[in-house]
Amino acid sequence: MGFDIMPTTNSEYQLRIQSQTDNLELIREFVTKVAQKVGFNEDDVGKIELACDEACTNVIKHAYSHKSNKESLDILIKVDYDKFTLIVTDHGKGFDPKKIKLPEMKEYLAELKVGGLGIYLMKTLMDEVDYKIEPGVKNQVRMVKYFIDKKNSRAVKSSEGEN
Amino acid sequence: MDTFSIKRIDNDDYSTLHLEGFLDAHTAPELESEFEKLMGEGRFNIVVNFSELNYISSAGLGVFMGCIENIRENGGDIKMCCMTPKIFRVFDLLGFPALYDIVDDEEKPLNYFANKTHKFS
Repeated sequence: MGFDIMPTTNSEYQLRIQSQTDNLELIREFVTKVAQKVGFNEDDVGKIELACDEACTNVIKHAYSHKSNKESLDILIKVDYDKFTLIVTDHGKGFDPKKIKLPEMKEYLAELKVGGLGIYLMKTLMDEVDYKIEPGVKNQVRMVKYFIDKKNSRAVKSSEGEN
Repeated sequence: MDTFSIKRIDNDDYSTLHLEGFLDAHTAPELESEFEKLMGEGRFNIVVNFSELNYISSAGLGVFMGCIENIRENGGDIKMCCMTPKIFRVFDLLGFPALYDIVDDEEKPLNYFANKTHKFS
């Protein structure tokens, strides 16, 4: 099958799915397939997969407070020549991103606190993470991974020859 | 669809949980209830074997955070072994190696629990 993704082609992939935890596996499969297709190496694919899972888990657990499986969440992936952008949108209650306190890891481990690790992971795994919150209307988390590893200035393996 | 399963093996000194599949927010409650069952039975020496686990998210890690205190207060511990590099990386990112013994093979934790038990008997 010819799924040649040219680096100059801007493409979009979208998944709308019910906001429930048993869909997390399907969400991960979708994101993983797209990330593989555009040429990320196994390591980065794993990072994107986990970051997306964490973002969606937060939506399912918090934005909708587990109350209903009728709500849906949208996952939009935009592929530009230089970056992979993943946007998770929900219509739940939202939160004030300024009030999120990233856990101080030493403190966290000392106190053995449960939960709150998702956002820490997202920020660690992706190059950029930001939020657009309109409570009850639309909440978005946007995460970016660049095709060039900025930290190491090393090009990500090309997708040539892979499916 | 069976995306996650736990195989439990009880020995005199310890119990081993073999995890298989995907451990995420959907399947984490299964692991949580298995730990509750173990603690309820007074079994606090626990080895977790990750060799067949393909995926873990923070919801899975939260299960270990949630019960370690109780387990250690009761004189037990959780020893983790046989993680694939993909699984270990998530534990490592969150600083878990400072808190838990994570080893390559299953023998070390088994010896640890065996020696510990015999010392007190």
